[in-house]
Amino acid sequence: AMEEVCARFVSQKISKARWRPLPAAVLQPPDLFATGSWDNEDNRISIWSVGDVGNAGLNGEYQGEPQLLCDIRHNGDVMDMQFLDQERIVVASSTGSVTIFRHHQNNQTLSASHQWENAHYHADQYTACGGAACTGVICSNPEIVTVGEDGRINLFRADQKDAVRTIDNADSSTLRAVTFLRTTEILTVNSIGQLKIWDFKQQRNEPAQIFSLTGDRVPLHCVDRHPNQQHIVATGGQDGMLSIWDIRQGTMPVSLLNAHEAEMWEVHFHPSNPDHLFTCSEDGSLWHWDTSTDISEKPSFLHQGGRSTAYISHSTINQSVVSAWLSNDPTKDRMEITNLIPNQTLSVNTLDVLGPCLVYGTDAEAIYVNRQLFA
Amino acid sequence: RAFSSPPFPQVVPGADPARTQLCFEWGPAEMLLCETLFGRRGAERPGTPGGSAGPALTGRVVAGGGDGGPGPSCVFVVRKDQDVYMETLRKLFNESHGIFVGLQRCEEEQSARARNAQLVQVSKNYRSVIRACMEDMHQAAISARDPALHSQYSIQVSILSAMELIWNLCEILFVEAAPAGPLLLCLLDWVQLHICDVDNMVREVLSSENPSKHKLFWNVVDIFVLQGRMDEARHLLSKEASANPTSMNMYKVLDDLMKKMPVPSLGNTQTLTEMELKWQHWHEECQRYLQDGTFASSSHMESICKILLGDENAILEKKELMTTWYHFLVTRLLYSHPTVKPMELRFYAQARNIIIMDMFLGEESSPEPLDTILMAAFEFELHQVIKECSIALSNWWFVAHLTDLLDHCKLLQSHNLYFGSNMREFLLLEYASGLFSHHSLWQLGVDYFDHCPEYGRVYLELHIERIPLTTEQKALKVLRICEQRQMHEQVRSICKIMAMKALRNNRLGSALSWSIRAKDAAFATLISDRFLKDYCERGCFSDLDLIDNLGPSMLLSDRLTFLGKYREFHRLYGEKRFSEAARLLLMLMTAHIAPCSFWMTLLTDALPLLEQKEVIFSAEQTYELMRCLEDLTAGKLDKQKLQDDDVETVKVEMLRLALARNLARVIVKEGTLEGS
Repeated sequence: AMEEVCARFVSQKISKARWRPLPAAVLQPPDLFATGSWDNEDNRISIWSVGDVGNAGLNGEYQGEPQLLCDIRHNGDVMDMQFLDQERIVVASSTGSVTIFRHHQNNQTLSASHQWENAHYHADQYTACGGAACTGVICSNPEIVTVGEDGRINLFRADQKDAVRTIDNADSSTLRAVTFLRTTEILTVNSIGQLKIWDFKQQRNEPAQIFSLTGDRVPLHCVDRHPNQQHIVATGGQDGMLSIWDIRQGTMPVSLLNAHEAEMWEVHFHPSNPDHLFTCSEDGSLWHWDTSTDISEKPSFLHQGGRSTAYISHSTINQSVVSAWLSNDPTKDRMEITNLIPNQTLSVNTLDVLGPCLVYGTDAEAIYVNRQLFA
Repeated sequence: RAFSSPPFPQVVPGADPARTQLCFEWGPAEMLLCETLFGRRGAERPGTPGGSAGPALTGRVVAGGGDGGPGPSCVFVVRKDQDVYMETLRKLFNESHGIFVGLQRCEEEQSARARNAQLVQVSKNYRSVIRACMEDMHQAAISARDPALHSQYSIQVSILSAMELIWNLCEILFVEAAPAGPLLLCLLDWVQLHICDVDNMVREVLSSENPSKHKLFWNVVDIFVLQGRMDEARHLLSKEASANPTSMNMYKVLDDLMKKMPVPSLGNTQTLTEMELKWQHWHEECQRYLQDGTFASSSHMESICKILLGDENAILEKKELMTTWYHFLVTRLLYSHPTVKPMELRFYAQARNIIIMDMFLGEESSPEPLDTILMAAFEFELHQVIKECSIALSNWWFVAHLTDLLDHCKLLQSHNLYFGSNMREFLLLEYASGLFSHHSLWQLGVDYFDHCPEYGRVYLELHIERIPLTTEQKALKVLRICEQRQMHEQVRSICKIMAMKALRNNRLGSALSWSIRAKDAAFATLISDRFLKDYCERGCFSDLDLIDNLGPSMLLSDRLTFLGKYREFHRLYGEKRFSEAARLLLMLMTAHIAPCSFWMTLLTDALPLLEQKEVIFSAEQTYELMRCLEDLTAGKLDKQKLQDDDVETVKVEMLRLALARNLARVIVKEGTLEGS
């Protein structure tokens, strides 16, 4: 089942990969994605194409590897990256700056269209070495929210030079990731196992709500929100554990699911098919979590050759709504988990899913594209 | 290098020992070379460093200098493994890393046959990576507009192609260890795959309108015969035959001979004796036709017949069509000793080769390193092959991976080198050290060190500490590597570095979480003191989100425990849970959790509790508080005069008063309660 995956070695360690969003009401699969590299003397933002119709095979399936359309130098490691719209990408740098790059599709070039230098910094904003890594960025055009190692939260607007709002010292530890909860609310995770809700409507520089892991306060590295049921939030931690939170109740995760053996770097609900969730990790694995399968009805799923498939119990602490992710119904209380990368050795730093397509990037300097995710 | 060859002089471009005296310092993967103050007068300034010979010069820093001084001097960074820095080779390093790890992990097959197939597959995988890389480099060379860049890529293509040629031969001789018969078929494939110089000629003739009239027609037929491609040769000859009816008979005889030529079988369908018998018979037939002058009227066909008979002179006449001595060797073996045994190769390679090689190379030129390496392989001198490759190639990649594979084939007797480990490990260590000196490829090096049983661990420990920790993310990756291998010392050191960085940036919360991760009690104490100092100065806590959520990690250090508990006291007080707050406050002192320097602050914190409307401290608790105060003031009297500090004196007096008043109130209250 791995044949539909195309790989390409790119001579740089990939820290981020993102599909270009599709215009509304387009049913075609995505055909373009962007990547960012890290730890290189010369880091780059690159745009890749996968959907060249001219190269389609007999059955309409695409055989070739991703083709580089254009790239541009980026100062510092690419820490995070999000498409603002069809043409613009917001990139978070380890130098603390946040840059908007524009992809000119007519002549296939990239250019920096705006930059907030030292958006994240330690103590003195104006000393050269004062930059603090910007660890996360999330966009909801025209708004851009960034978080960093300096514990700061910035709210920018794509068209404004200065930050609309800055919360200094929002967190005493490192903020690792951010995502939108609702229009004015964001979710952040930090290195002491906390999930916080911030509301920009409130003038107070305090989180609206704090949730935290019990016990060892394992650092959290990534966060994503269920696309339809906004109260369901998934986070991934240093120990590779997947936590599902119901932010309407309690201060602890609803369930903890054992997954990876090392840091979980990213977690993504499938945007249009949120019964499916994807996670990747430092241990070199990429898991597909599927709650849509009712095992009693589809026993054939057990026998997919080559994949390591496991069913695990859903240790639910609390439950109230009928959602596959929060359910504790013993008959449906299982999910199918598939490791999509057997024999991988180095870290899978990033992944993105859109439509039937999956893209991921590794420290082994390769990008992989799977165009038939649900085939 | 770890062999007993004489040392090589290596020229560092730009460093001129004739001008100034040089000094050097060894690093883990590179060497620092610098010009000293001790110049040699009258020497000229050197020109710009030129050429790419010698070791890689990856950095040059101008140090010192200034007017009237001895002039700027340079510090050179000299790296041993030059190719690690080739951008285009990174694909080779990454892909082969996966194959290497796979080979170390894969379980040994039970049967020798399956194991052999497994190892041959691994070898083929390595080669296909080299070929893919070569293809990329070739494309890069074509699309390079800069002539310098073009020639750089072209050189790399030829180096990669030589590497693949050597690897392929080693695969046939050592990994696959093909037996007599199949051995020759493998060697023929090897020649066909790598002698590409004649491909253009073949293509030109085959694509011409009338191949048999082409001036290179017979050359191409000869090439096919020399490479043992009988079917192709016969196909081409048939064209000549149909165009030339007069030579039809002669052609038919030759075609029949070529068709009947016995070929060693790959399977076990015929024994070696059978093959030799058939061969003898066929050979005699060829001989007969040659002697009775069947081919006398066509010098072309006659010479082909002579080649079929293994006539050395006839083969040598086609020198230009073979281009290399090893092609000649294989062709000669094909037509004179088709059932050559692996161990007999040495004889055929050695006996006549010095002369033959000279013929191919021309008289004045000496053998290239490639010739020496291939010769050593034919002679089954494994160590010689590895040694020559180490010298000739500008990377450790090739020898490290090849040696590892040969070691898995159990071909290298594990004789220890002078430094206490075997050759496989020595070469892997060198290669991995090179990777570690690279800003990005260091992650690959880890797995190589893991599979060096003797020194891998020590090397990893030394190298991993030198990885610059630019972001927390990178630090976490390095930390994960160390934690997986129980490298506690390095874990502590990395966390400490990160904690110090955070502390310098005034990120106390981050600093504390790093020291908690390292279980570094001393550092946690240091940071806790900073928190307490900040509190004393500002009267409020910073980073409450962290301190309120310490959890079990609070037990890491006494001071951290105190910090957490003291904050808890403030929370209880804020929530107006006074008696709980009071009990906790007292406990902090009586259980000696609080440092003595902080007691006065704690006692001062007790003041508002003592002044509350309702009585909070019991009589017993009040006595304890009084004892704490007296212990504190008595202790202080010994060292310094209390009256020096007016504020302190006032505080103590106020406390005494408050305590006395509280005692009075509590005695009354407790008396009342008992009485009722």
